[in-house]
Formats: sequence, C-alpha cells, structure tokens
Amino acid sequence: MSGAALFTSVMLSVISAATPLLLAATGELVTEKAGVLNLGVEGMMLVGAVIGFAVTLGSGSATLGIVAAALAGAVAALGFAVLTVSLLANQVATGLALTIFGTGFSALIGAGYVGKPLPPLPKLDLPVLSHIPVLGPILFGQDALVYLSFAALAGVSWFLSRSHAGLVLRAVGDSHDAAHAIGYDVVKIRYFAAMFGGAMCGIAGAYLSLAYTPMWAENMSAGRGWIALALVVFSAWRPARLLLGAYLFGGITILQLHIQGLGIAIPSQFVSMLPYLATVVVLVAISSDRSRLRLNTPACLGRAFNAAG
Amino acid sequence: MPFRLEARGRRSLLWAWLSPVVAVAGTLLLSTLIFAALGKPAGAALYTFVLAPVSDLRGLSELGVKAAPLVLIGTGLALGFRANVWNIGAEGQFILGAIFGGGIGLAAGDSEGVWILPAMILAGAFGGMVWAAIPALLKTRFNASEILTSLMLNYVAQLLLIYLVVGPWKDPQGYGFPQTRLFGDAATMPILIHGTRVHLGVLAAVIAVALVWLLQAKTLLGFKLRVLGEAPRAASYAGFSGPRLTWFALLLSGALAGLAGIFEAAGPIGQLTPSLSPGYGYTAIIVAFLGRLHPFGVLLGGLVLALSYLGGEKAQIALGLPNAVTGIYQGVLLFLLLAADLLVSYRIRLVPAPQSTIGSVAGGVT
Repeated sequence: MSGAALFTSVMLSVISAATPLLLAATGELVTEKAGVLNLGVEGMMLVGAVIGFAVTLGSGSATLGIVAAALAGAVAALGFAVLTVSLLANQVATGLALTIFGTGFSALIGAGYVGKPLPPLPKLDLPVLSHIPVLGPILFGQDALVYLSFAALAGVSWFLSRSHAGLVLRAVGDSHDAAHAIGYDVVKIRYFAAMFGGAMCGIAGAYLSLAYTPMWAENMSAGRGWIALALVVFSAWRPARLLLGAYLFGGITILQLHIQGLGIAIPSQFVSMLPYLATVVVLVAISSDRSRLRLNTPACLGRAFNAAG
Repeated sequence: MPFRLEARGRRSLLWAWLSPVVAVAGTLLLSTLIFAALGKPAGAALYTFVLAPVSDLRGLSELGVKAAPLVLIGTGLALGFRANVWNIGAEGQFILGAIFGGGIGLAAGDSEGVWILPAMILAGAFGGMVWAAIPALLKTRFNASEILTSLMLNYVAQLLLIYLVVGPWKDPQGYGFPQTRLFGDAATMPILIHGTRVHLGVLAAVIAVALVWLLQAKTLLGFKLRVLGEAPRAASYAGFSGPRLTWFALLLSGALAGLAGIFEAAGPIGQLTPSLSPGYGYTAIIVAFLGRLHPFGVLLGGLVLALSYLGGEKAQIALGLPNAVTGIYQGVLLFLLLAADLLVSYRIRLVPAPQSTIGSVAGGVT
C-alpha cells in the first residue's frame, strides 16, 4: 500500500471509531451541563443499537432505523429522569440500573437478530469531490451519521455558549436553587437535557450496528459508553475538547487494527486493552489538577433538586 | 397529578425495609406482564421463575451456591457505598482473584498438600486487592473518579483472563478450547454437604457477612466509614482521613470480590475459562442496594438475586426465553427499588391542581 493510501485508510478507520464516541459524549455533555449525571450511556447505546438494527432490517430504511434508535434512547433517558429528577433517586445507582437493564433488554430483543446481515450505511458519493485523492474519501465520502456527529457538536457548542436557552441550561446545572428562584423550571429543563443525551446515545448505538459493524451482537458497545463518559470529564465540559478527545480515542482504538499489521508481536488481547487503559491514564491526567476540575465541573452535577425542600 | 415531596425529619426505618419488599413484588408483577405480552402463559412463567428453582432440596442448595459470590461481593460493595466509595470494578477484582488463586492451583498440579487450598484462597483475596488498589491509588493520589477507573479495569481483567486461557495457561489436552486444565483434588474447594454443590465458599460468605457486620457496628473504623458517607464535612472536622478510608473500603471490597473469584473458579467451575462470571460483579451492586447496604440485608438480597439467575436458567430451558431475561429482571428490580426508596426520606403530598406559588412546583409527572 502506498503512503497516501495507507493514510487515507487509517484516517477512515479513525473516523469510524471516533464517531460513536463523539455522538454519545456530545449528548452526555448536554445532560451533565444541566446537572444530571447519567451513567446509563452504555445501556442507552445498546438499546439504540438493537432498535436501530431491528427497525432498519424490518423497514428497509436506515433513516427510520436511526430515528427509532434516537427515540428509544430518549425513552430510556426519560425513565432515568423520572427516577432521578422527579423521584430524587440516587443518580449513580440509577445510571447503573439503566446500563444493567439496557444490556439485558437489548440482548432479549436482539436474540433473533444475531448473525443477520445488513448492508452498511450508504456513504456520500459526490461526483468529483469524493474522488479527490487522499482528502476526497475522508472529507466527502462519509456516511450521514459522521456528518451528523460534527453538526451536533457544532450545534451544541453554539447552543451552550451563544443561546439564551443554553445559558439557562448551564444555570440549572451550576445552581439549581438560583435558577429556580429566578423562575426557571429546573425539572422540565433537566428532563429535556437528559432526553437529548439519551437520543444522542441511541444514535451512537445505531452507528455501531448500522455502520461500524453492520450487524447486531450482544454487548457490542464493549465499554464505549463508559469511555464516552470519561471523555466528557476529559473535555472539561467544553465541546471543542470533546472533539479532540473522541478522535484521540478513535486513534487509540484503531491502533489494534494496525499494530499487528506492522508486524509487532504483541498478543491481541493486550492491544485490545489500550482504549481502556488510555481512558484511565487520561482521567488521571485531567483529574489530578483538583482546582481546575472543580472550576469546570457543573456545580450541581449529580445533585438532586427538590423545590419543596 | 402534580405532587410535592416533603422531606421527612428523619429517615423512615419502616420504608427503608419495606421498600425492597415492594420492589421485589413490583418486579414479579411487571415480569408477569412482560411474559403475558410475549405470549407465554404468565402463571406458568411465574412458577418457573420463582418457585420451580427452589421446590426441592437440590434447588435450595443451588440457591446457596449462586448466592455465595453475590453475598461475598455485595458485602464489600455495601461497605464502600456507605462511605460514598463507588467500586464498580468488582467484576474485574473477581477475575483477578480467580487468576491469582487459580495460578497457584495450576502450578500445584496434581501434588497433594494441605497448604494448596489456603494458599489459593489467600492469593485470590490478594489478587482482588491488587486490582482494587489501582482505583484506590488513582482516587486518593490523583483524584480520578473510582467509578470510571474501576469499571475500565473490568474490561482489562477480562482481556487478561482471555489471554491466559488461550495463551500460556491453555490446557494442552483441551482440544483447543479456551480453558485451563482442571484443578487437582487438593486444589478444589471441599464440598460441605454431601450430594450437593455447597462448597467452602458458601460458608465463607456467611462468615464474611458476620465479620463485616461486627466491623461496621462495633468498631471505630466502621463508625468513621459511616460518617464519611453521610456527612463528609463532619468526617473531615473530626479529623478522619478520607483517603485512608477510601483505601480501606476499596481494598476490603476488592479482597472479598477476589475471594468470590477463587471460590467460583476452584469450586463449581473447577478450572479457568473466559466466562467465569455471569456478571456477578454488577449484580452484586443490586444486591448491596436491595440489602440496604447492611451486611444481613445483603445476605437476603443475595438470595433474591441468586433466584433470578436460577429462574433465568429454568426459563431458558422450560420456556425458551433467552438468558438475558435475567438482566431485565435485575434492572427493573433496581429501578423499582430506587423509586420506592423515595419514601424513606420524603413524604408525597398531592398538590391541588392549579397552584404555582414558588416552593410547590416540584414534580410534574402524571
């Protein structure tokens, strides 16, 4: 393989490994900015993956599948919000419950779909642009969800920093009591933020089962939901750094595909450990500066709000 | 109907213990509905899931066998959760316990020796502690969330186990299956009740419950852990060292998870395979909450969740349902439990329909 062709193929696999992380982390970022810590990302991704796959296979329309996956993720997050926002349940425990439930639920629904093939999500194919050497396939030859992941990140970035509604959402996350006193509906805003996060996780799951490996397998997210959660911490709740983090991890994930191709004799299991170990390293690096971490963390993250006190 | 949550002056002890009962009953009701929706005879399904597994002595003994690892792990997790230490890495600590202890068992081969089993058990506890020490170090030294670090290490542990059983520790006579050779007789947990699979680990689980209860209820250390969880500020004013307590909670829960790992590997399983645990480390989180983070409660909670595993197996055979149904039950159970726990700390006051004065617009779920 020539150098340019190798570069293109590496870049393409980095993008496809980074996209599900970016989608899920963008959603969780909005949820956490509103002060809600939803540890159920992994579960919501799995639900999205299986629903997206089933609907696409059943209807023949990937668009429908993706919409259904987003809805399924949002419904799962709605359940989470009912428990944590309305019933003031512990957010850490409820998130874990959502992941356990999502794993079981997706396996039950997906039992009949294991091993069924599905054509991968179509890629954009522009007449001239997509055929530019090296950059063409990278910039103009992706599937819709890759572009969506960038659009969503840009939209969220604008929303949080430039829009009035985004300001309100951040206020709710930083001081729910003050936001409530001014007259904002803390409960409603948190419901919306949680459901947006759920929808994005659902889409991230659909990317896995429709584009990344077009098939359904039990537990196919393999910890990506947890890595996405770590990415939000890594980003210090800033969208631009989320992009950097997702692509950094995308790169680490695909190392395992290329490291053995380069003839380095390491057992594959050790290479597969890399993304998880890298997550730990990154968390340590970012968390050790305590004061900066505290400065960036939404002040009410994980704390229940009860207007009646 | 809008409602308002009014904080109780003190936690309701009645609801603290009633809530698990409500949650279990609700889960049974909900599961019956799910079965009906799937077109299975609901009554028969309920029987298959709840009563059939424990309808004879053999079933009851199996319940104990399945509950043992859950109780061992859950007891340690509960102690940590109370102190606000979120060890989600029990699955990995379980695996490391099996690897450390199993390594000694494999090295011992067919040799006889009374030292083998104790050495394996100690090594198992040590393996779990080593794995739990990593998030403890990262938490106390670098402030990294133990939730995410301990969880990431679960995946690393699973990959390490796979590497060992397909690589250096693979059974040369195993027809290529990813597994080690069977442990020798001297490296296998003794059976305590003849004719059943009740092994030493079941007794160990009961002893662990008693010891952790003593620790929590009767020692200063247990008191410090409670204060750290319930009033971290008070703990720091009193001069209790948060990092030291975090270390203790993680090491103890890691050791117990490691013990569960070696008891399983050298007990019912008898060798190392890639699928040592059907998610015990995660299920034990539910056990801890169901048991009200109290050692005796964990014992009961472990039995309930053990039933969900046995029932899942029965349902798979008798009704053709995938084994994953167990996960749904477990998730629903924890959801309902967390919802019911609302009543421990709050009273629900219904609010007459149109009212929007500040201070009474809490929940809006209808």
